[in-house]
Amino acid sequence: MIYQGKQKIWSDYQKEIPDDHWFYVRSCIRQNFFPGSERMMMEICRNVLGKDFYETEHHTTCGGIAYHCDTIPQETAMTIVARQFALMTEAGYENYVASCITSFGNYTEILETWHEFPELEAKIREMLWKACRKEFNKPKYLAHSSDLIYKYRNDIAEKARFRLVDKENGEPLRVVEHIGCHYSKMFPSKGVGGAEYPYVLAGMIESWGGNVIDYPERRHCCGYGFRQYHVKANRGYSLSNTHKKFESMEPYKPDMIITNCPGCPYFLDRWQYVIAEMEGKTYGQNGYGIPVLTYEEVAGLVLGYDPWDLGLQLHQVAVEPLLDKIGIEYCAEDKYKGLNRKDIMRPGLPENLKCF
Amino acid sequence: MKEIVVIIGGGIAGLEAATQLLKLGYSPIIIEKNDRLGGHVARWNRLFPDMTPAKDIVDDLIASSKDANIFLNTEISFVNRLKDSYNVMLSNGISINSRFILYTTGFRLFEAQKKEEYGYGVYNQVLTNADLENWFNTDKDKRISGKDIRKIGFVHCVGSRDEKARNSQCSKVCCITAIKQAIEMKEKFPESEVFCFYMDLRLFGKKFEDFYTKAQRDHGIHFIRGRVSEVSENINGQVIVKAEDTLAGKPLKVTLDLLVLMSGMVCNPDSTKAASMLHLPIDSDGFLQSSDNVFHITSSPRKGIYYAGACTGPKTVPETLAEARSAVLDIHSEITAGKK
Repeated sequence: MIYQGKQKIWSDYQKEIPDDHWFYVRSCIRQNFFPGSERMMMEICRNVLGKDFYETEHHTTCGGIAYHCDTIPQETAMTIVARQFALMTEAGYENYVASCITSFGNYTEILETWHEFPELEAKIREMLWKACRKEFNKPKYLAHSSDLIYKYRNDIAEKARFRLVDKENGEPLRVVEHIGCHYSKMFPSKGVGGAEYPYVLAGMIESWGGNVIDYPERRHCCGYGFRQYHVKANRGYSLSNTHKKFESMEPYKPDMIITNCPGCPYFLDRWQYVIAEMEGKTYGQNGYGIPVLTYEEVAGLVLGYDPWDLGLQLHQVAVEPLLDKIGIEYCAEDKYKGLNRKDIMRPGLPENLKCF
Repeated sequence: MKEIVVIIGGGIAGLEAATQLLKLGYSPIIIEKNDRLGGHVARWNRLFPDMTPAKDIVDDLIASSKDANIFLNTEISFVNRLKDSYNVMLSNGISINSRFILYTTGFRLFEAQKKEEYGYGVYNQVLTNADLENWFNTDKDKRISGKDIRKIGFVHCVGSRDEKARNSQCSKVCCITAIKQAIEMKEKFPESEVFCFYMDLRLFGKKFEDFYTKAQRDHGIHFIRGRVSEVSENINGQVIVKAEDTLAGKPLKVTLDLLVLMSGMVCNPDSTKAASMLHLPIDSDGFLQSSDNVFHITSSPRKGIYYAGACTGPKTVPETLAEARSAVLDIHSEITAGKK
């Protein structure tokens, strides 16, 4: 692999990301899948870096899943999005950042569609007014929240307590980066680094001390895909996609996977359990799986936050071997203690995938 | 005094035009921005379909045009239109007055790295048709020389017939060049398996179809109708190609030791720059626009300005040479008509 070739492509796909004052919108599903991630995003941006991030309880789904499942027409999704933009406008912001990759893709697609078909934008404005008497400005800047952590990656590195290196020998960890399909595959110029060799997560990994693995199925979908997983009959297809990725990355012996999509970390994490049960095969070292983390969780880890405050106990794959390798302290006893040290009970352990 | 004809470009079109102009008693002046003559053909090894050494063709043309005035490492600084002629100012400070300018500015090879999904410049074992010809000529390329090459792929239409690459034109020569190079690689690596990934096979020229049949029958080269979707690299440094076999109706994945991208012909920005000095029209494909595409391919809308070769669109070597002769005949006709 010629690293300079990638750098040349990365330089062609740089994105203007304002430093401060963002209207933040959460994902529908991330808070259930990885509840610490969005909280950590706010914690890092507001409290560690002192940035202005605003969010409102009136924000709703962007309609992305329904749109991609063909259960609502695009005009409906557009009107929902128009309402979110109205909330941003009312709050006095012009930089809009989405936590969800599908939302980011949805917003990008809608803004591009309005750009090409202004009459459609006019129609949506009318529909929004009729529906809830709201008006909106389009965002001046649209970003995915991983764009922001990418932008702040060096600030985070400066404040970091840990680096993505093996504490025993100082070697960089081998890290797989997995980008959500809706981040830049539809609009390569809207993502940091483009669609073929996205840099948004690779940049974080490099800043925080790790080495990025470029494996053959790097570009492949995690397998979630709304019409794959959400249609029960298609779930085998979802699983086989994930299986293909793990088979491809296995020879590189990854220490961890870092992702920027709501669905990807969930499926790359949970399907390892299913593959282990079905095939008796695990992909990590010594019978463990490969930990799959969100970029906010990784940022939280290097900044020294307690792994259990980050919600890492909700991962299927055990993260302890990774924490041990980096040298991050944790209290094993506290893993299943929730808020106010309330016991949240221990899950049953899988047969083939080694867990704690 | 002999009529002066300025020829912009010292590739095979310019050399052939100079040769013919000399035969007719005119005084051609070749302006070449590089330090050598022969253009793209001079970098090629052998030419389809008779495997003619490219060097022989170029050497013959250079020999037959040696009496022309030739300026190497020279560019056009500007061109002024005078009442009945043109004033051409060269980068070396020389000024030429001529009633005739022949554009033989040729083409530029598509930059394969723009097709990011193919990994040129990112993965070691991905190279272009030009890289392969260079290896045929020099035997110096550490990606091939001394390597155990067992599987080779060729991707047709790289940057050609590709709206995404903003090039809708067919480059004409890539299909037959891929077949030629596939046969040459098979001869150099007899144990290897060779795959050609194509959209259509456009084998219009004399003996082209025979060459294609020979590739399949005598060399066992696999032709797969389908575009390559992505290229990646495995832990051994081999190239993994995903494509669709549209005839079998199946996706396909193959691991290769070498992948050759058939970079197509795109307009030469130097042509556009030189044409802009005289406000010559540019066609929708970026190449220079002829007066019309049937009778007057070598004519421009401006008096005394002519075109030959790939400056007006992709051409084969025989087509380029024929156009050079045609343009010279047009110039000769205009000169002789003026003398009557």
